Parts: sequence; structure tokens; C-alpha cells
Amino acid sequence: MNRIPLRQAARTLRIQILRHNPRDPDSQPRLQTFEIEEADAMTLFIALTEIRERQDPSLQFDFVCRAGICGSCGMIINGRPGLACRTLTRDLPEQITLAPLPAFELIGDLSVNTGKWMRGMSERLETWVHSQNLESLDIDAMEAAMEPELAEQIYELERCIECGCCVAACGTARMREDFVGAVGLNQVTRFRLDPRDERSDAAFYELVGDESGVFGCMTLLGCEDMCPKDLPLATQIAFLRRRMAATT
Amino acid sequence: MQIIYTDVLVIGGGLAGQRAAIGAKRRGHDVIVLSLVPAKRSHSAAAQGGMQASLGNCLGAAGDNEDIHFADTVRGSDWGADQEVVRMFTHTAPKAIRELAAWGVPWNRVARGEREITVDGQRKTISEPDAAHGLITSRNFGGTQKWRACYVSDGTGHAMLYTMSNQAIAANIPVHERMEALALIHADGRCHGAIVRNLMTGELLAYVARATCIATGGFGRIYRVSTNAIINEGMGAAIALETGVATLGNMEAIQFHPTGIFPAGILVTEGCRGDGGLLLDCNEHRFMPDYEPEKKELASRDVVSRRMEEHIGAGHGVKSRFGEHLWLDIRLLGADHINNNLREVKEICQYFLGIDPVRELIPVRPAQHYSMGGVRTNHRGESPQLQGLFAAGEAACWDMHGFNRLGGNSVAETVVAGMIVGDTIADFCDSTAGALQLSSALVQEFGERERRRLAEIANGKGRESAFELARLMQETMTAQVGIFREGERLEQAVASLQELQLRSRNIGLRSSAPGANPELVTAYRVQRMLKLAQCVAYGALQRTESRGAHYRADHPRRDDLNWMRRTLASWPSADARLPVLTYEPLDIMKMELPPGWRGYGARDYIEHPDTGVRQQQVDAIGGGLDRADRHTRQEALMPFRHLLPEHLRNNNERLGEES
Ligand SMILES: Cc1cc2nc3c(=O)[nH]c(=O)nc-3n(C[C@H](O)[C@H](O)[C@H](O)COP(=O)(O)OP(=O)(O)OC[C@H]3O[C@@H](n4cnc5c(N)ncnc54)[C@H](O)[C@@H]3O)c2cc1C
Repeated sequence: MNRIPLRQAARTLRIQILRHNPRDPDSQPRLQTFEIEEADAMTLFIALTEIRERQDPSLQFDFVCRAGICGSCGMIINGRPGLACRTLTRDLPEQITLAPLPAFELIGDLSVNTGKWMRGMSERLETWVHSQNLESLDIDAMEAAMEPELAEQIYELERCIECGCCVAACGTARMREDFVGAVGLNQVTRFRLDPRDERSDAAFYELVGDESGVFGCMTLLGCEDMCPKDLPLATQIAFLRRRMAATT
Repeated sequence: MQIIYTDVLVIGGGLAGQRAAIGAKRRGHDVIVLSLVPAKRSHSAAAQGGMQASLGNCLGAAGDNEDIHFADTVRGSDWGADQEVVRMFTHTAPKAIRELAAWGVPWNRVARGEREITVDGQRKTISEPDAAHGLITSRNFGGTQKWRACYVSDGTGHAMLYTMSNQAIAANIPVHERMEALALIHADGRCHGAIVRNLMTGELLAYVARATCIATGGFGRIYRVSTNAIINEGMGAAIALETGVATLGNMEAIQFHPTGIFPAGILVTEGCRGDGGLLLDCNEHRFMPDYEPEKKELASRDVVSRRMEEHIGAGHGVKSRFGEHLWLDIRLLGADHINNNLREVKEICQYFLGIDPVRELIPVRPAQHYSMGGVRTNHRGESPQLQGLFAAGEAACWDMHGFNRLGGNSVAETVVAGMIVGDTIADFCDSTAGALQLSSALVQEFGERERRRLAEIANGKGRESAFELARLMQETMTAQVGIFREGERLEQAVASLQELQLRSRNIGLRSSAPGANPELVTAYRVQRMLKLAQCVAYGALQRTESRGAHYRADHPRRDDLNWMRRTLASWPSADARLPVLTYEPLDIMKMELPPGWRGYGARDYIEHPDTGVRQQQVDAIGGGLDRADRHTRQEALMPFRHLLPEHLRNNNERLGEES
């Protein structure tokens, strides 16, 4: 038997994209299919760029770092939210369907306004260290010490890139516009863990102690399944819910 | 056209822009930040390995201070940096990191007691002292004498940018996202804000401001192979250049990072080598010690990148179907270390290469990484030519990097410069010069000009494809203005870029989609990027020496006699075909550290007669003060504290050092 693998002929990918340009009064949401030849190590970033350059220059999408770090390119890839830049086409079938993330304002085609949503979430949950003396810090002096493990635990929660995949995957977020999502609840746990933040549990309760916050979660676990950074979202939410329930 | 008024307009929502914004806002001025993308998605988020600040907490950093950080940075720059600025920077970096620590960055900390590390291919055990427990720790980076890169795993930039952005939100600073500055509004040597395009609707607006700050990051995307984000297209530098008034400094000084993954060019951090990783060739032979017996893999980036290309050129590259590369080996660091301290690296290898770096080698080759050049500013961050225009971060040529920046010095620069420039801007707004004084006719005129430029592209019946021109520009830069440069090829590059520039006046669009229209965006950007590319290529052609990252195979020595000077490029008129270059001297007689050998790389350079004279002076001054503390000695050699805002002048406290 011949065991030398044959170089397989390149596949032709059929990429179907949900298109709509809200700026264009004549535009109707529609599916459009593009065919391109697959290349070695092709990612959806490479494929979409090629489609825009060679086939349809009006195609809208968002990429920034193209390295899975910045969270710009969340989209629905064959029914699941994910980061397009680090999705290799070889892991997908020939037929690929792409749609914008739901739950966010559509800018055009695959581009959605996650930035506006996330800023709103940050303002509402006040996702920053609250401390009395931030304006009058003595930055000539030694920094305050912190346990090494604690610093690592905080970073673990801080790895969220606000891509929006958890919101797109969330049953509650699809029904309630004001739900802060796993992304928001995770940030609350991050600041709650941080000794530099002087807020009490009562203060956090004010922010998330209702149905638009931690009690809105239906524990469907979509967020954790879809998180590209593998954050322990469901555990964090469950933990926060227990703390918040104990606060009342 | 809608006009928005503000005291301060910061163009750029990365680390530099947001820190400058916070500084100006704290002084009571209204600030608006513009960004192409949500601020937290700015390219600062991609910084992995660390931020340099001489805290001296962990064992590998013991004894570190501003003096050593200063010397490393000047040597790294190959004596191209402004030494006063380097002093301002190294003095402020510990303050910057301590501020960020209080604001919430979860810096990795020193853990007391024994731990295993990897040095020079060997495992060894060290013991961290009790006194440092819980203080900010640091890792080794290239071109430094101490372990000075403070880090948050290998997501340092992400953690810094999130904390910075959150503080900006806390300070109630609006970030106008998906807004692109297209031109600076200016008249009679004074800048008044910018004409801006909304990248969602395509609409043009004017932002009128007393002070305008460019913090738009680097311009790596003029190259085909780059570690930079795809939005790093240098529009901030380009619009400053297009004023014809402001200048760009040292545009030919481009850094190539040794370890871009091959072929995609995505970065894996210098921390891989800092933590003990090795570079191997096609025979899995560790070749760097053959070239650089002292610093090995941890010589400065310009030197390591050149040695790698040299080694590939000598036939030791690994052949693959995309071309040749070398290997980065981090297997020896062990699974634990990689899973905790190099997790982005691990993810990148997994997703983009399909390999596990715990068990497998990483294919790497040098890729464009950083722009040392940018909008020229004075010590306090203002353009010397255009009043009311400021710049900070990678977009600026404040000039602390000269011809090569050290790893970890860039995110440190963004925050430090942001702190200083934020104050400079506030001072300016408080002064009479900073009053708002302009006619609305001027704003309309600039708005109308940009509208016409866009209409010409959109309605012109040109036949050139913007995408194609961008590709050709990137090919030209990577092939001819890369790591090894040479006169004839640079001349060809200049000619090709001129031709592309002519062709770029003839761009035609296939799409007239309302809204942002991505094709139109590429078209107007490529016209501007070609000007930047030309500043790089033409500057490189004129600079007939090798210094730092600028290497001329036909002029392989550093030439202090003729080239102790900074290149300044300006663009004389809209239809000029080349920039005008002038040169600003660097005065050896004022240097705290006169030129010498860097401690790695070539030993051979052409000396300037001032060097010997100044060295004698420096030795005499130092000798006369051998009993004084290091601050007094430094002050006698090159005073710099008066250049800093007053609240940043004090000494930094350190473990085991009286302040
Ligand atoms: C992969 C990678 C890893 C790195 N790792 C390190 C490291 O470990 N340590 C280190 O010190 N350095 C590192 N660097 C370098 C460092 O990250 C950058 O130099 C630094 O973050 C630049 O910050 P900035 O604020 O100047 O610009 P950026 O963070 O690039 O921000 C630029 C901002 O300007 C905006 N903008 C641009 N043009 C316009 C326009 N026309 N109108 C409006 N807004 C505009 C953008 O939207 C963005 O908000 C790394 C760089 C790369 C590429």
C-alpha cells in the first residue's frame, strides 16, 4: 500500500455571508455566496480580505490585530460565535456561513458596534478600581505589595477581550437588552477580587443585584462554551450570585 | 459640516493617547479622544512581553536603577537618541509603573524563596529575597544589563490598556470611536484641530481644538511582513507630514523583530528568549553564540535580526514551502512556565501554526515591528514647527529610541510620554498662546479640501486599484528597504515608490457603497502611506552609514563623524514627488554617555573628534565627584530634571537604596 500522502487538490470554499448596509436605503438583508480557492494555513481573516480585494470591495468586517488578541472580529461562524482571525478554514467544511454577532448594533455586513455596547457596560458597572487616593498618589514611593497568586488570579479574569461572543451566545441577552452579560459579570468579579478596589459587596449589589445583572443568568452556559479566551465564566457567575444573594 | 469644539483633541486611543488625555483632563481641560477602533482594541493591547522600569525588585534586577536603564537605552539606540529625553524617560518609568499598579494593573509579583529558571540553556535554582515578596517582578529582555521588563504574564499590553481605558472612562473622557482624522487644520504655524471622517457613515466633521495631540501609533503596514495590527497605517504621521510644516524625524529607523512566526508575521514575544528560549537553525544548532558570544540570543533586536538573516543567507535556514525560516525553541522552559507566563504565545502557536510549543519548535523569521521615527517633537512633546500640535507614543519622534528601541521600552514610553505631554498640553491651554483663535472660514476651507479629495477618488474614472497599489508598496518596502539595505536597491525603491505615487492619483473605485466604503478608505490611505514609505526609503538612501536598525551593506560602519544627526522630513507641497530632508545635529559635547561600542554587534565605527574630548570631560567631572551620590554626579554631567513637570522630578524609592 502506498503510504505517502498525496497532496490533496485545493478545496474551493463557498463562503456565504449575511449582508446588509443600513446606510443604504435600498439594502435588504440577504445572503451572498463567494467562492474562493483555499490556501495553506488560510484563516477567515485571509479569506475575507481576499474576497474584499478581488471580488467585492464593499464588504464590511472588522479586523485589527489579526492575532486573536484584540477581540474585534467576533462573528457567527457556521452558527457559533467565534474570532474569525484565528479560525483556520481547514477546520471548517467547504460550505461556510458567516453572520454578524447578534445583540449588537449592526454597522454593515459582518461589522457590529461592540465598542459602544462595551463602553456602556463599563460606565454602568464602573469597571475601574475605586479608591480614595487615586488623584493624590505618591508615585515616588514603593508600590504596595500584593500576593503573587492574587495578581495571577486577577489577571486570569482580566484576560477578557470584550469580543462579545458571550453576549451573542447568551439566552438572556437575546431577550433582555439591559442584561450586562457574562462579560460584565466577569468584570465585577475581577474588581471584587482586587483589594485595590474599595467597593463593598453592597456597592456591587447595587450594580448587579437584579435581573439585568447576576439574577438574570439562566445558567445555559453558552457564554463559557463560546469564550475564545476560555474564561471560567459560568463558575464566576455562580460564585457572584451566591455572594450577592448573601448580601441581601 | 458639523463642527465640534473642545480644548484638547487627542487623535489616538492607545496607551499614549489615553494617558495624555487623562493628564490634560485632570488639569481641568475638556478632552475628546478619537480612535479608528474601540480604544481597548488599539494596538497597545497586543504588547506581550513587558514594560521596562528600573524597580530592581527581583534577584535578576537587583542593583538596577535609572543610570543603568539610561545607559542600556542609549547603547540600544546606537547613540541616535536624545540623551536628555532618555533621562526624562528612565527617571519617570518607575513612577509610571507604580501609578498603573495603583490603578489596577495586575503586575506579576516576586514570590519569596526558591524557584527554577533557565539561563543560557541550563536550568538553575535561585532564591528570591523575603524583602521583595509581593513587589513587582521583572524578566530579562534583549540589550539590557538587568532583568527590567515588568510584565503581566504575556498579556502586558492588554492589561495596561484595559486599566488605562477604564481610568479614562472613570474620568469621563469621551472616546469617539471609528473616527479617522484625515487632515490637520492649521494656518500661520498654528494647529487648530482636525478634519475627521466617520468610519460608520462616511460623513466629514471638523474637530476644532486649542491643542491637538497625535498618538496614532506606528506605521508597520507600509511593509508586507509586519507584526503590527492591520490598522497601523501611520495616518497620524501622514497628516502631520501633509501640513508641509510639521516634520517627521528619523523615518528610516525601522525595527525588525527577530521572532515573527513564519510566514504570518504574528509576533511571539522577546520574553521567550528573555526567559531562556534559544534560536536554532536547520541542524537544530544554537547559532547565536557563534556570532555574539557575550549577549547571544539577547543582543539588541537589530543585531539578532541581522544575524538571523545572515545565517539564513549562509545556507542554514530551514526550508519550507513558504520560504526559509529558523526555529525558536522554548521547550526547555517547561510546560508550567509556558502555560503561566507565555500563554498568548502558546495560543498563537496553537491557532496559527497548529503546534504545541511545549513539545515543538516554533518557525520564526524577522518581521517589521516598530517605527522609531514619527512626528518630531521637543522635550515636552510639542512640534517645534507647528504650535499647538503635540505627539506622544510610537507616532512621535520624541527621540528616546534613536536607531533602535529596546524591547519593553515602547509601552513604557507611551505611558511616560503620555504623563509628560498631558501636562505640556495643559500648560499650553493655560497660556495665552493656547487661546482658541481661528476663523470658521478656515475650518470650512479645510473641510472643503478634504471633501474634494475624497470626491476626486470616488468620482474619478481612474483605472488603478487601491488594493493593488498598497500591495506593490508593501512588496517594495519589504524587498528593498528591509533589514539589509544597499544604495542601488534603495534608489530603485525610491523610483518605484514615485511611480506608485503617480499611479495613486489615478485610482478608480469599483464600489460606491454609501457609508464608510472600505475601498475608498484603502484608496485615501494608500495615497498617504506612499508618502510615509517615501520618507523611509529616501531617508535610508541618503543616510550613508549603518546605525542601529538602519544597516547599509555598502556603508557597514557607524559614522559618527558625518552622521551624528537626526533626519527631519517634510513634504513641501501636495504634488511634490520627494520629501525635503534636513538634518538636526546631536551634540556629543552635551552627552552624558559619549559614543562608544555597544557591547554587542560590530565593534568598528568612525569616531568623531568630539568623542575623546567629551569623554575626558565626563571622566574628570565623575572623578571629581567620586564621593558624591549618583544623582549629584549625574546632575553635574547632564542636568535634565528641569525639563520635567515639577511633580515628576523627585527621586524614586527602591529596596535597599536611600533616596
Ligand atoms: C505584536 C506587538 C507586541 C509588542 N510588544 C511590546 C512589548 O512587550 N513591550 C513594549 O514595550 N512594546 C511592545 N510593542 C510595541 C508597543 O506595543 C507599541 O509601540 C505601543 O503600544 C504603541 O502605543 P501607542 O499608544 O503609541 O499607539 P497604539 O496603541 O497603536 O494606538 C494608536 C491609536 O491611534 C488611533 N488612530 C490611528 N490613526 C488614527 C486616525 N487617523 N484618526 C483617529 N485615530 C487614529 C488608533 O485607533 C489607536 O487607538 C509591541 C508591538 C507589537 C506590534
